Amino acid sequence: MSGDLILSSLFLRGLLAGGCLALACGLLGVFLVLRRDAMISHGLSHVAFAGVALGLALNLMPVIFSIAVCLLGSLLIIRLKEQARLPGDTALALLSSAGLALAVLLMSLKKDFGAELMSYLFGDILAIGPSEIYLAAGLAVLVSAGISLNLSRLIFMMFDREAASVSGLGLKKLDRLLVMMSAVTIVLGLRIVGLLLVTGLTVIPAASALQLARNFRQTLFFSCLFSLLSILGGISLAYVFNLPASAAIIFLALVIFALAYLLKRRY
Amino acid sequence: MTDKSEEIIRVEGVSFAYDGVEALVDISLSVLRGDFLAVIGPNGSGKTTLLKIMVGLLRPQRGRVWLFQQPLETFNQWHRIGYIQQKATNFDPIFPISVAEVIAASLNSVRRPPSGRRAPVRKKILEALQTVGLEKEAGKSMNSLSGGQQQRVLIARALATEPEILLLDEPTTGVDYPSQQNFYDLLGKLNQQQHLTIVLVTHDYGIVNRHVNRVACLNQKLFYHGDHSEFCQSDRFRELLQGGHHLISHRH
Ligand SMILES: Nc1ncnc2c1ncn2[C@@H]1O[C@H](COP(=O)(O)OP(=O)(O)OP(=O)(O)O)[C@@H](O)[C@H]1O
Ligand SMILES: [Mg+2]
Repeated sequence: MSGDLILSSLFLRGLLAGGCLALACGLLGVFLVLRRDAMISHGLSHVAFAGVALGLALNLMPVIFSIAVCLLGSLLIIRLKEQARLPGDTALALLSSAGLALAVLLMSLKKDFGAELMSYLFGDILAIGPSEIYLAAGLAVLVSAGISLNLSRLIFMMFDREAASVSGLGLKKLDRLLVMMSAVTIVLGLRIVGLLLVTGLTVIPAASALQLARNFRQTLFFSCLFSLLSILGGISLAYVFNLPASAAIIFLALVIFALAYLLKRRY
Repeated sequence: MTDKSEEIIRVEGVSFAYDGVEALVDISLSVLRGDFLAVIGPNGSGKTTLLKIMVGLLRPQRGRVWLFQQPLETFNQWHRIGYIQQKATNFDPIFPISVAEVIAASLNSVRRPPSGRRAPVRKKILEALQTVGLEKEAGKSMNSLSGGQQQRVLIARALATEPEILLLDEPTTGVDYPSQQNFYDLLGKLNQQQHLTIVLVTHDYGIVNRHVNRVACLNQKLFYHGDHSEFCQSDRFRELLQGGHHLISHRH
């Protein structure tokens, strides 16, 4: 087998996993941004990072383990918000420092996995294994289905929570659904763009979409489109010019934001 | 079906306090099918609190509430109730949503009984917008409308689900006088022609009183609850007209 073929299959794998992540991030980002929950991905990414560290320390599959930890963390955030009389961002700050502290502690106890953990700090798209493609695709399907099946209810709840409540919508269930889908998406994002950039990936495409869209449908469409362009474009640029993929992805997303912003100013 | 004496809302001995501060004391009243009830009272008299208790957003510490003769705790036919909260147009100004989407989101998420009218969503949206005279704005973005137009969209949203009762909390705040009059005429028409039961919290008693048949006069306690015509002959009404809120705004 020639080296080229292996490389290009790595490249293809990256594109596939990236495409799945783009779809999930593009959809979810709109909800996070409009709910003023953009920092939830920041908080959850730190919890996910601790999950990966735990998984590595215990010699379990870090990604799967991290999903479980992150789901628990997301429910804890909701609980703190509802019951501990904490503003949402304080609950997140609490949890993200807890996550990072745990990761640092684990790293000092068991030094041999430090390098592997580091790859989750910056992401490593070319390290995506074949089995992780299925995981990425499964998660993307899960998130898309969760959102499309509840789309009207989610819009109603976000636009007018009080009226939605009087209409008998289960608001707490919907809150949980959103935060759990975020948890799953963020673990996947951690693998691809890493802890330091995953918040940007969930937030920037949605922010760009908000510059241009006139209604909710358009916002979802533009957000997914921009997310796909950034991730697929970023991976390709990284491959061709030998750059770190995560940085290329975020820069591309930012360029799109700048263009969208300027376009809005012009018209 | 249109049994005039059918009780749609019944509130019995309800008291409510926010963190120990009393807002409502021992309120009992009922709303019958076809009623147009105006709830009046000074700022902070508990009007919003009472409405929120009626629609289940707040649970009273004492007393009970029945909706359509079912205890509120087990009531689940929320499609029969339309509610427009105070300052409903204070939504997020960056929220990207079109007029049609506002109505569709509610129509598609409210659970309706299998017997309900099965017109396509698109048609229901158009009909509801026609009722409030906004059919041309369906595709416009919500935050490009004026405050009065937005208020109408919210009425259309409430009407689209075909409720049997509409509860509105000061719906015309920030709407100019002619639009207010149009708005109240619309409510009167819905009440008269479509037999929609209406509960309206308002400070504009002078404008609405020709549409209203029942009045509840509130200030923590219920000071008057009964027919509009009797209310007009009562001392309280004279006080109200003379701008003398002092009688009903006296705190206990
Ligand atoms: N969320 C809250 N927390 C604490 N106290 C509250 C809350 N909401 C209302 N109150 C208090 O309860 C009392 C009744 O308030 P409510 O909003 O029901 O009055 P209102 O009649 O609707 O007034 P307005 O005409 O200004 O709308 C007021 O004294 C108010 O300060
Ligand atoms: Mg009020």
